[in-house]
Amino acid sequence: MYRSQVLVCGGTGCTSSGSPAIIDRLHEEIKKNGLEEEVEVIRTGCFGLCALGPIMIVYPEGCFYSAVKEEDIPEIVSEHLLKGRIVEHLLYKETVTENGIKPLSDTNFYKKQHRVALRNCGLINPENIDEYIALDGYQALAKVLSEMTPEQVIQTILDSGLRGRGGAGFPTGKKWQLARTIVQDGGQKYVCCNADEGDPGAFMDRSVLEGDPHAVIEAMAIAGYAIGATQGYIYVRAEYPIAVKRLQIAINQAREYGLLGKNIFGKGFDFDLDIRLGAGAFVCGEETALMTSIEGKRGEPRCRPPFPAEKGLFQRPTVLNNVETYANIPQIILKGADWFSSMGTEKSKGTKVFALGGKINNTGLVEVPMGTTLREIVYEIGGGIPKGKKFKAAQTGGPSGGCIPTEHLDIKIDYDNLIAIGSMMGSGGLIVMDEDNCMVDIAKFFLEFTVDESCGKCTPCRIGTKRLYEMLHKITSGNGTLEDLDKMEKLCYYIKNNSLCGLGQTAPNPVLSTLRYFKDEYIAHVVDKKCPAGVCTRLLQYKIVEDKCKGCTACARACPAGAISGTVKEPHKIDPAKCIKCGACMSKCKFGAIIKE
Amino acid sequence: MKTLEDLQAIKEKLQGQMDLRNESHAETKIVVGMATCGIAAGARPVVTAFSDTVQEHKLHGVSVTLMGCIGLCSQEPIVEVTTPKDGKVTYVKMTPEKAKRVVEEHIIGGNVVTEYTIDNNK
Repeated sequence: MYRSQVLVCGGTGCTSSGSPAIIDRLHEEIKKNGLEEEVEVIRTGCFGLCALGPIMIVYPEGCFYSAVKEEDIPEIVSEHLLKGRIVEHLLYKETVTENGIKPLSDTNFYKKQHRVALRNCGLINPENIDEYIALDGYQALAKVLSEMTPEQVIQTILDSGLRGRGGAGFPTGKKWQLARTIVQDGGQKYVCCNADEGDPGAFMDRSVLEGDPHAVIEAMAIAGYAIGATQGYIYVRAEYPIAVKRLQIAINQAREYGLLGKNIFGKGFDFDLDIRLGAGAFVCGEETALMTSIEGKRGEPRCRPPFPAEKGLFQRPTVLNNVETYANIPQIILKGADWFSSMGTEKSKGTKVFALGGKINNTGLVEVPMGTTLREIVYEIGGGIPKGKKFKAAQTGGPSGGCIPTEHLDIKIDYDNLIAIGSMMGSGGLIVMDEDNCMVDIAKFFLEFTVDESCGKCTPCRIGTKRLYEMLHKITSGNGTLEDLDKMEKLCYYIKNNSLCGLGQTAPNPVLSTLRYFKDEYIAHVVDKKCPAGVCTRLLQYKIVEDKCKGCTACARACPAGAISGTVKEPHKIDPAKCIKCGACMSKCKFGAIIKE
Repeated sequence: MKTLEDLQAIKEKLQGQMDLRNESHAETKIVVGMATCGIAAGARPVVTAFSDTVQEHKLHGVSVTLMGCIGLCSQEPIVEVTTPKDGKVTYVKMTPEKAKRVVEEHIIGGNVVTEYTIDNNK
């Protein structure tokens, strides 16, 4: 038995910032100090504080070491693990207080969080099924198989008020109920998991699969029991190699233990799971396209109805839920619908995981009760905006969502409130933007994405998004007119109303919401031919302020286009006809003599 | 695994190890001196013995941690045991066998093992 455990984050974030090398070094140093029998090293899933990776935590003291470097390891092992002297200068600063070490759960980043879907992420070794079982894993499956009828399971999920975490927010219990009752011919039904997380900036589902894959497997088996399915598929992006690997290990372990397969717990229930890899098409996150792709066909959406609950995968009744939705299920079964519905707002129960990114200090993964305000997420948990810049907007829901401006910072985040202000929950990507972001450029960025990702099956989406992108391009190039703004808005509604699937129906949202809240920026681009944030290069001009220029020639030497002229010790000049607006001169100037406007 | 009992057995087997990661404040603390003097006097097997015995008995709310030198090197290995009932008790010249007895008699039984305490070993 071990007296101490070192948990090192093995999520994608910390893996790319070097945690594998740290784990290797830990093993090496522990061996050198003869501590192999006393200290265990465990690779976990994501802790959430990705900005400070690689992260490790030492138990039983609960010491949180952040931004650990390989060369710090000998000191941590010989001082802390061997002699019990905590290496204070390497600890996460906020946990070091005059009265000793503050527990992680008391820090600003963690204290407002409430972890349900992420409860095991960063706490267990996801490649060891025993650790999941030790923390009540597979108890929910045991409970439904031995004590509950399928109807009771569905009723519990209905009562909990759980809604789909993929973004649309359809009640999960309702979906299960339809799939159970709509076709009762005794034939095959399917349970699918949507792990095709494609929104730029979103990594919630990846983190759950990397940190707690068994929670998803257990929930899918419960769903199988509830609707009467014996086969499930997890559709996961091939771009998530760590998640795929851990998921496969988890499925193998569950099979070995008889938690997947025939006659689970001897209760006469059969269920098995397989992984299907997505090739990275955004449209395959749409439910009908996803199922078409599992069938081995080209991933294109189709008209609904019939809904998947009636005719889904292989034309059979199918339940398709998102990873995070599933991660909540075992907890709801064990702790009850009342426990779950006590969290959140009137119509949105439970918690939501957000991937915080963009201009924010604590980039990472957070889980908060529904109804938490954007201000709390950005300023308290997220630690505010770097360099003291001003908050401009937060983008939720990726390319399908919209932006939330400063005046709505205090809105309680839930499904309905976000729709009311023209955005949407989406899967949980939350990108923070500051005064240096141009909102027209942001809309253009997302449109470029949807133009790329439109499958091309229906005309409004295929051609409409392309035309919309061209209009945005025209505006950011300084050739737009006020009439274009009106035309653009009209086109947005046309695309929304006429597209076949969710991709097209939501693609204009970034444009509509920026038009709604930041029309002044559009007008500045169109009328004044200026980009107020200084992002759209075609509307910018670099200039040299004569009084400040010392004539050092540094800028002229840096200019790749030969656009700067002047003699030594005399003020220089930029030729706007030659300038390619790369900004190289501005970063070279030591006197702040070069400005862009 | 075929039955619910099997599931329960796995859960119980790992309970001790998972308790190490429980952040809630331990009511009972066992702190072992692990400075150079402590290690030289044999503190390492003492820590292991405390940790193993606590986990074997599946005790909740008991933490085993390390500390530096408290300045009484001649009496090492020194162990401080803090319980809600008896407050802080300092044991000296500990061995793995003595550690096992302290867990069983003091922490579980509630009776301080007076023959090992600092007061009786001056």
